[in-house]
Amino acid sequence: MRKVHAPRFSQLCLFFVMLFLFMPLIVVAAYSFNSGHGMTWQGFSLQWYEELFTSSHDLWRAFWNSIIIALTSSLTATVIGSAAAIGLKWWSFKLSGYIKVATYLPMILPDVIIGISMLIFFSSINLPLGMFTIYAAHTTFNLPFTYLLVDSRLDEFDFSTIEAARDLGEDRKGAMLRVVVPSIMPGVLSGFLMAITMSIEDFVITFFVSGPGSATLPLYVYSSIRYGVSPVINALSLILILASMALAFIFRRFLKSFAASA
Amino acid sequence: MQGKGSAISIQHITKSFGSFKALDDVSLDIAPGEFFSLLGPSGCGKTTLLRIIAGFEEPDQGEVLFDGTSVLRLPPEKRPCNMVFQNFALFPHLSVRGNIAFPLKRKGLGKEEREERVDELIRFVELTGHDNKKPGQLSGGQKQRVAIARALACEPDVLLLDEPLSALDAKLRQSLLVELDEIHDKVGITFIYVTHDQGEALSVSDHMAIFNEGRLLQAGTPYEIYESPSTLFTASFIGEGNIFPCTALSSRWDEEDDEWIITVDVPALGRTLEVTDWGPVEDGRRLYFSIRPEKVRIVAGDVDLGPGCFHGIVDEPVYAGYQSKFYVKTDEGATIRVLKSHTTYLEEGPGIEWKDRVSVIWRPADGYLVKEEWHEET
Repeated sequence: MRKVHAPRFSQLCLFFVMLFLFMPLIVVAAYSFNSGHGMTWQGFSLQWYEELFTSSHDLWRAFWNSIIIALTSSLTATVIGSAAAIGLKWWSFKLSGYIKVATYLPMILPDVIIGISMLIFFSSINLPLGMFTIYAAHTTFNLPFTYLLVDSRLDEFDFSTIEAARDLGEDRKGAMLRVVVPSIMPGVLSGFLMAITMSIEDFVITFFVSGPGSATLPLYVYSSIRYGVSPVINALSLILILASMALAFIFRRFLKSFAASA
Repeated sequence: MQGKGSAISIQHITKSFGSFKALDDVSLDIAPGEFFSLLGPSGCGKTTLLRIIAGFEEPDQGEVLFDGTSVLRLPPEKRPCNMVFQNFALFPHLSVRGNIAFPLKRKGLGKEEREERVDELIRFVELTGHDNKKPGQLSGGQKQRVAIARALACEPDVLLLDEPLSALDAKLRQSLLVELDEIHDKVGITFIYVTHDQGEALSVSDHMAIFNEGRLLQAGTPYEIYESPSTLFTASFIGEGNIFPCTALSSRWDEEDDEWIITVDVPALGRTLEVTDWGPVEDGRRLYFSIRPEKVRIVAGDVDLGPGCFHGIVDEPVYAGYQSKFYVKTDEGATIRVLKSHTTYLEEGPGIEWKDRVSVIWRPADGYLVKEEWHEET
């Protein structure tokens, strides 16, 4: 009897999980095509898309701020995180264990605490709040992710391949560029993408360290809620959902070319 | 694919890791084009020596000469030798083709020439059809072939092999060993082969060297090492032996067989035995007598097989298919190991079983003396 009922029960669970996960997205997507302003369906229209692309200057400014911050901070975090992972794996010294633990701290600490401490830090060194402070903060909280992903990739790395490369005619630099870097590339790329996602979606920390004119998309959305949720946000959401799905798909294809390795 | 092969001279190499002495004044000469094995238990220094030759370790003292020229100042990438690693060390992000082409790219070969060479190597190690697979998709044996092809790609003078078969299963080891031997015959360069497997070393080497605890104990042909080990360690490490401390009593020249016959007193066997050797041994010298188990003849029952015959009972028979091993407890109280090959079943009469009485004997010429002094146990 159980055998018959158990799958049905788990199917039901799956259904509700999917429903809770995707229903809000579906609602947002559907209402972006609503011709009315409120939550009652008043017919199909593309007016919010029109408004999004023609008369939402501040929204686009926030959008581009987010993109710029995401790209620059993720790039910096990826470079520093990868270098740190390689360095800590190569040369273990007395403090390397503590450094590893310390690297995870930004991941564990509540965002509010990171945000406040950064705000205190920036104002104590008289750094004006703005794009640069957001960039610095994002780089900091992205570091653990890039470090972690490259580090776990390095756990599988066969260090004798470095000697093999030297033996086969590469000098130190050549071995690093032609053997180590390609081997950890999947980790580096996942770290980079993870960092971009974290950066674009961050609200709490950015809220503390942003200054005039440097609002990112989440900050803009939050402040516009005060005047009621504009369906323009729904329109933007659908575009972002589709764009991230496309990105995830491309990235998967890309990672597959590495899948045969190891 | 003919290379030339370098002569290698290792001179007084010493290497310590902290307080651990990995190599202690090791000197060794390897002739051009030969298959030379470095054999010893793990931690004996054989791999360290190979890594010093390859350039991955620097010796504290000593010289490494390739054809009379020192290579110690050269980084690994500049040395005229290539290495096959124990765990293959293939580049996981590159295909079979990419792995083999790796050293050729560095060498600056044109694309066409390179492709041609890679094709040739893939055919050479019989990996045709696997060109575009990644190392993760290959079996252990295939990986090892890629590693060998990659190491041979730049036509080195010397190929260094660091336990290349130890990561493979027994059956595959055997067939790859034969292939390695064939590859050596074809390319004609010097092979330096590190292994802890005496069977591998004995079967393919032109010369071999036995290491223990950082010291070179004996170098010679497999025949010399097996038939006349010079130290107690070599005698017990290579093959099996019945080894007993003994004292030389007298030596005499045997005109007829052109050899020396030494009479020794073996307290453990409770006898005085005769054994042949290349030269005389001074009377009263303490040394070891050894006889290989496969050279002992065993017969069921109390039979007089001539002078030097022992009688006893079978303490423990071990059946192993093509052969049996017997631990024979002699009436004098010693234990002698005996290996008996099962050749013809019918002619051999009744099988020998546990607790049976048996007679054993060996020819004086089959025993040998290990000239290492023993000390009274205190």
